[in-house]
Amino acid sequence: MIDTLRLTAEEARALLERGDVSGAELRAAYREAIETRNEELNCFLTLVDGDGNDGVPIALKDVISTKGVRTTAGSKILEDYVPVFDSTVADRCKAAGLQLLGKTNTDEFAMGSSTENSAYGPSRNPWDPTRVPGGSGGGSAAAVSAGLAPWALGSDTGGSIKQPSALCGNVGLRPTYGTVSRYGIVAFASSLDQVGPVTKNVRDNALLYGIISGRDDCDSTTVEVPPVELPEAEDLKGLRVGVPKELNEAEGIAPGVAEAVRRAIDLCAELGAEVGECELPRSVEYGLPCYYLIAPAEASSNLARYDGVRYGLRVPADNYYEMVARTRDAGFGDEPKRRIMLGTYALSAGYYEAFYGKAQQVRTMIIREHAAVFDRFDLIVSATSPTVAFPIGERADDPLAMYAADLLTIPSNMAGLPGLSIPCGLSEGLPVGLQLVGRQLAENTLFRAGHALERAIGFDTVPERLR
Amino acid sequence: MAISREDVLHVAALAQLELSEDEIVRLTEQLNDILAAVGKVSELDLSDVPPTSHPLSVVNVFRPDVARPSLPLDDAFANAPERDGDLFRVPPTGAAEESV
Repeated sequence: MIDTLRLTAEEARALLERGDVSGAELRAAYREAIETRNEELNCFLTLVDGDGNDGVPIALKDVISTKGVRTTAGSKILEDYVPVFDSTVADRCKAAGLQLLGKTNTDEFAMGSSTENSAYGPSRNPWDPTRVPGGSGGGSAAAVSAGLAPWALGSDTGGSIKQPSALCGNVGLRPTYGTVSRYGIVAFASSLDQVGPVTKNVRDNALLYGIISGRDDCDSTTVEVPPVELPEAEDLKGLRVGVPKELNEAEGIAPGVAEAVRRAIDLCAELGAEVGECELPRSVEYGLPCYYLIAPAEASSNLARYDGVRYGLRVPADNYYEMVARTRDAGFGDEPKRRIMLGTYALSAGYYEAFYGKAQQVRTMIIREHAAVFDRFDLIVSATSPTVAFPIGERADDPLAMYAADLLTIPSNMAGLPGLSIPCGLSEGLPVGLQLVGRQLAENTLFRAGHALERAIGFDTVPERLR
Repeated sequence: MAISREDVLHVAALAQLELSEDEIVRLTEQLNDILAAVGKVSELDLSDVPPTSHPLSVVNVFRPDVARPSLPLDDAFANAPERDGDLFRVPPTGAAEESV
């Protein structure tokens, strides 16, 4: 009997290697879990019936192109889009023998923090189905948390891996910008988008990161990646852990979240780390405004390709220009339209310098502030999300309230730094995520610290109502 | 720096979006709120700070200039709304032209 709620990917791999289960049996176990729980949770948009591989199963966020398997990006404009090529990450998963279970729900074009912007309905949080699983990668996070997949891939622009991982009690890595290929990923904001693993524990996360990362000729922004080390150490000796005041005292951090994070910080010291306060004077206050100028600006350019000509939806009209405008109006939901409008405005003549140009300078300022902190510390810690999972519908009509969900994940994203979210406790019966941020390419440091903390915290990743 | 209805219509035209009346009203209000919040960046004096367009210092990545197979035509057209031989077919671009 395979308990998909508890089985880690590493354990699944060991079962396969020993011949204790076959790939088909493993797939069948996850399919059964999907049949039992997906109707309630709405994690999967498309299921795959066997792809010839017989390794550990995996779920992929539906912004990741999969040859022959529909890829919607959570949008009506790509409802019937079937990629004719694999993204590099899908290709690397295949080459590693992983079998694809299906494609997971996402806010439309990965724009959102709850999956409520998906054209295919929201996913639900396995800990409490009246609440959001976070977003945009809420489908992947909820699937891993509810035992519908042993692990999954997400994509993170402003926090779309880290925040849903926090809200669902998973481990999520947003890797250093440039370590994972973006070839074949439906583009949102190209200077920020990054694919990464969503898993039940830190070792699985390191394993999957090892599979997908590394230079790719198809993405000239990728770099050579240091060999991934599977974490073993159970202490934090020799590590200097910084606690940025602004990230930990920001307005809007719920008391229960702050308390769980405070306990985790105390634990860092108990495990032998040298813990000290530090400052990111303006990165938190100006990070969110900076992000909501740069990301929409890049999105408005990237989403110009959806014109009803080469692929995707076309709404017929007598005239080409009307066809394009009607197709885009009918195909895009509210959030992509809002961001296209905001981005187009920020890039338009007369406003470019005041908005987009200024935001790019703010980005430099954020990079410098982080660099100064990393002169003194090996990693910095804070909450991943200011709150636990919020009720479905609570922020749906208030874009600014929704944007605030990414307050703590955005600053390090703007600086291109890697961030790992691990569960550090419960508040109101819901998971709290601890965000560990390191220097560029310091994923091994995050894995080491995350693994030691995870063991010391002893968080049970299975949602209480499913135990 | 309030955004008017005319600004919204102008930007929608630039973005090739045909918005409904409801959307025009809602977006005018929301864009004003959002721009008021993100306009915070203009408080900062950053005149001596260079802009960042990319978080890594990678420049000029080259690969050998070797011909490789490209996407077969049938694949390239696989998702096309309308194909006409080896071309994507679209409605006429001129207002008065008759379609061929």
